Amino acid sequence: MFNIPIHSFYMMTFVVILLITGSLIRWRLQVKNPQTDYLELKQRIQSWWWMIGILFGILLAPTTVSIIFFALLSFLALKEFFSIMPTRQADRRILLWAYLAIPLQYYWVATNWYGMFLIFIPIYVFLFLPMRAVFIGETKGFIRSLGTIHWAVMLSVLCVSHIAYLLQLPVKNEQAGALGLVLFLIFITQFNDVCQYIWGKTLGKHKIIPKVSPKKTWEGFIGGVITVTLISGFVAPYLTPLTMVQGFVAGTLIAISGFVGDVVISSVKRDLAIKDSGTLIPGHGGLLDRIDSLIYTAPLFFHFLYYLHY
Amino acid sequence: MNRFLKILFFALLVKPMVLLGLGLNVFFKAKLPKQGPAIVVANHNSHLDTLVLMSLYPLSQIHKIRPVAAADYFLKNKLLAWFSLNIIGIIPMQRKHIRDTSALFAQCHRALDDGDILLLFPEGSRGKPEQLSDLKRGVHHLIKSRKTLKVVPVMMHGLGKALPKGEMIFVPFNCDVVVGDAIPFNADAKCYIDSVSNALNQLLALCMTRQSVVKDDLE
Repeated sequence: MFNIPIHSFYMMTFVVILLITGSLIRWRLQVKNPQTDYLELKQRIQSWWWMIGILFGILLAPTTVSIIFFALLSFLALKEFFSIMPTRQADRRILLWAYLAIPLQYYWVATNWYGMFLIFIPIYVFLFLPMRAVFIGETKGFIRSLGTIHWAVMLSVLCVSHIAYLLQLPVKNEQAGALGLVLFLIFITQFNDVCQYIWGKTLGKHKIIPKVSPKKTWEGFIGGVITVTLISGFVAPYLTPLTMVQGFVAGTLIAISGFVGDVVISSVKRDLAIKDSGTLIPGHGGLLDRIDSLIYTAPLFFHFLYYLHY
Repeated sequence: MNRFLKILFFALLVKPMVLLGLGLNVFFKAKLPKQGPAIVVANHNSHLDTLVLMSLYPLSQIHKIRPVAAADYFLKNKLLAWFSLNIIGIIPMQRKHIRDTSALFAQCHRALDDGDILLLFPEGSRGKPEQLSDLKRGVHHLIKSRKTLKVVPVMMHGLGKALPKGEMIFVPFNCDVVVGDAIPFNADAKCYIDSVSNALNQLLALCMTRQSVVKDDLE
């Protein structure tokens, strides 16, 4: 089918079936309780259809198109960061330079220049932005501004670009292809979000970090980690070069770091006293609200995989 | 011909730029007046304000949206004047001759009679980035004879960072556009202007980007 490697094709079909099930359940709920307003649930599911549709379309397109798409994702995420975080008027030019790091970073991805891809942001951008700021000459608030800006660039450009680089790794699992890695990462990350939510809803009692996220509980977290670890171990050999045991470790890594990514972005929003980071995705909030865990899981999964197999 | 150019300008340039370069968080869009005559009063921090507000309307409606703008600035040379009058469709306002109010607002009244929607920036000037300056009373003069006219406040935040006064370089930022409830008429000009100002400040609290301003900049 469309020349999709067979395991990736099964995975995509499985996700579509999940979505159809979700839509049917929502529809049944609405028919059963016509008075209740399911608008948010409806919006959420509709947005999922859009996101999955766009993601699958992009993954099936030529690799360059996929890379450009992830560059766009970085741009939208960085823009969301810059729009909610405090920055000075004097920082405008520095922000513009920070945006320019995106095409360069994805150029390294597209040309498969691994060394540059790794060090460009933590070394070159990291050293360049303060220099540019010095030439502007505003020293009041200098530390806070430069710290904030570099942090945002690391999270939304360096971390997100790791997803794109997965597509550039030599294919070691012929039946999954390059897109198998991306499908695995994104599916396990989102599955973890859902598992932690469901375990928390059903068993949740002991709060884990009440000051940041009052709804997060130990039960949800542990339940999520166990479920995701198991599922990941069984799925990994089909979609990645990882063995089953390595898959278990990858699952634990993704489950824990996904949780951390989620609460890190929650802390940012709590600091700024806002509920969502934007309105880009109806029913979900902003882009950062959706990819918060992925920001953390992408580089960690990438380097785990790279260390073991490349 | 000009209307065609106007639609092209908004379809190919303004709308894509607002969508991608800016990105809007629009709240309560349904409260915007869909048909004229009506007035939209908004805060003013950037030239982008006008374009963003107009971009909220469908292309078929855009020629009915008329920003009221300073004649001394927007008509200062031929090219800018042609662009402002024909592509944007501004109603020029002579800021210098404010003695004769009936002559000053003649064009505004004509537009309202035609069922247009006026965009008014009662701060009068873009002022400092992301700060609400004192409001001028012009809007009250304009609606004294039209007590039932719908006047809708709109608060925009973030555009003063994307393209502030005196800057040529555009920097991408998400911006908030919050539409409020129509402001009831009050015969007392000062009370009326205060209620506009209050309405705008209340809408500010809903802006997601409100924390992005560093306090030091405001001093």
